[in-house]
Parts: sequence; structure tokens; C-alpha cells
Amino acid sequence: MTGEQIIFLVVAFFTLGSGLMVVTTRNLVHAAFWLVAALFGVAVVFALLSANFLAVVQVVVYIGAISILFIFAVMLTRKEMRDRGAQLNRNWWFGALLAVSTFGGLFFLLRGWEGFSKTAPAYPASFDAVSELGNALVSPNAYVLPFEVASVLLAAALVGAVYVAFGRK
Amino acid sequence: MVPLSWYLIFAAALFSIGLFGVLSRRNAVAILLGIELMLNSVNVNLAAFWRYGDVRMMTGQVFAIIVFAVAAAEVAVGLALVISVYRRRNTVVADELDLMKW
Repeated sequence: MTGEQIIFLVVAFFTLGSGLMVVTTRNLVHAAFWLVAALFGVAVVFALLSANFLAVVQVVVYIGAISILFIFAVMLTRKEMRDRGAQLNRNWWFGALLAVSTFGGLFFLLRGWEGFSKTAPAYPASFDAVSELGNALVSPNAYVLPFEVASVLLAAALVGAVYVAFGRK
Repeated sequence: MVPLSWYLIFAAALFSIGLFGVLSRRNAVAILLGIELMLNSVNVNLAAFWRYGDVRMMTGQVFAIIVFAVAAAEVAVGLALVISVYRRRNTVVADELDLMKW
């Protein structure tokens, strides 16, 4: 066991435990905070994968914006749901069965693949992934079109969200 | 060095947990929380394949950034819908929203 493997295992179990708390805890505010913990775990996994930019974006976008949005939504819609009745629906066992079989199916599918236990190639020295990524996002030969479409999508989604949630009399 | 399989199994487990949340929570906001977990596990997969393939090909990271943008858009519209529904029908329980059920 190298140090990196131990760090990975600790972070992975922490993230999976937080994820389980997200889907099982009764109080939705707590679920939103557990989601923050799980997102932090995923950010650490990105850092372990030396995807530095993704780790920073994960913290800024997911933890800074999306989870705050969730906490606001929970607080705006909370009074009905607080502690009334079950948090899981009647068919929760079917959902659990489907989730477990999805995991099993993915596991067996991946186990048959020859690249499954591949180790990472050495990270090239003096390779700047962030500037490379920036170039790829604005280069006409690479991904400028998906990038622009994503910004149009975000603008449309924000306008649509304001329109949908706007309170008319 | 961590083998690729650990990342893939981790992402599959996180995806399954999110799937369980989506399928079995009653609260609409909690369903969106499950969707966030699923999107995150996909991003872990994309970053892992970027790192374990050719690092000079940025496709994996670019795809992950597009997934970030789509997730932000999805959450904004989804939570706006939940708040709008709550305002009109005073409930966020998914199985009570049966207006369009035949």
C-alpha cells in the first residue's frame, strides 16, 4: 500500500458514506450538507487524478453555487415535508435492487475489460494541463463550438429558471 | 500508484447510490440531490480516463467541464420548477404531483 492508495481509499469511503447519508437522511438540510461533503470528496479525487482545474471548478461551481442553491430550495419548500411520513416511497426496495444490480452489472462489465487494472502513465514533466485545456476550449480546431453552446445553454437555463420561478400575483 | 479499476469502481458505486436516491426518495429536491451524485460520478470517470489515457488529449477534461455546465443549468431549472410547483400546489412530494397522470 502506497500513501496515495491509502489517501484514495480514505477519500473514497468518506465520499461514499456521505453519498449514502445524502440519499437516506430524513432531514433535507442535513442531506444538502452531506452533499457538500461528498462533493468535497470528489474534488479531492480530481486532485488525486492531477486534474487541478476540475478540482477547483468542483469547489467553486458545485460547492459554492449548486449546493447553496439546494440549501435555499430546501429552506423555501421545507415546512410541508419536515418530519411528516416516510422519506422513501413505497417501492424503495425496488430502487435499492436496481441500484445494486446496476453496480453489479457495471462491475462485471468492467472486470471483463483488459484495461481495467491499468496503471497511470507517468505524468509528463513540464506539461501544463490548465493552459492546454484553455487552448482546447477556445481553439477552432478543438472545442470552441461545444464551449459556446454550453454558454448559450447556461444563459437560456438561467432566463428560463427566472421565468419559471417568478411569482405572478 | 492507484490502478484505474479503483476509480471506476468508486464511480460506479457513487452512481448507484445516486440512482437509489433518484428512484426512492419522495421529496423532489432530494431526487435532484441524487442526480447531482450521478453527474459527479460521471465526472470522476471522465477525469480518470483522461489521466490514464493520453494526458495530452484534453477531451476528457473538456467533456467534464461541459457536464459541469449542464449540471448547473439542470439544477437552476429543476429547483425553479420545484419552487413553482410548491407555490401552486403546496407540496414537493413527487408522488402527489399527479396532475398529468391518466
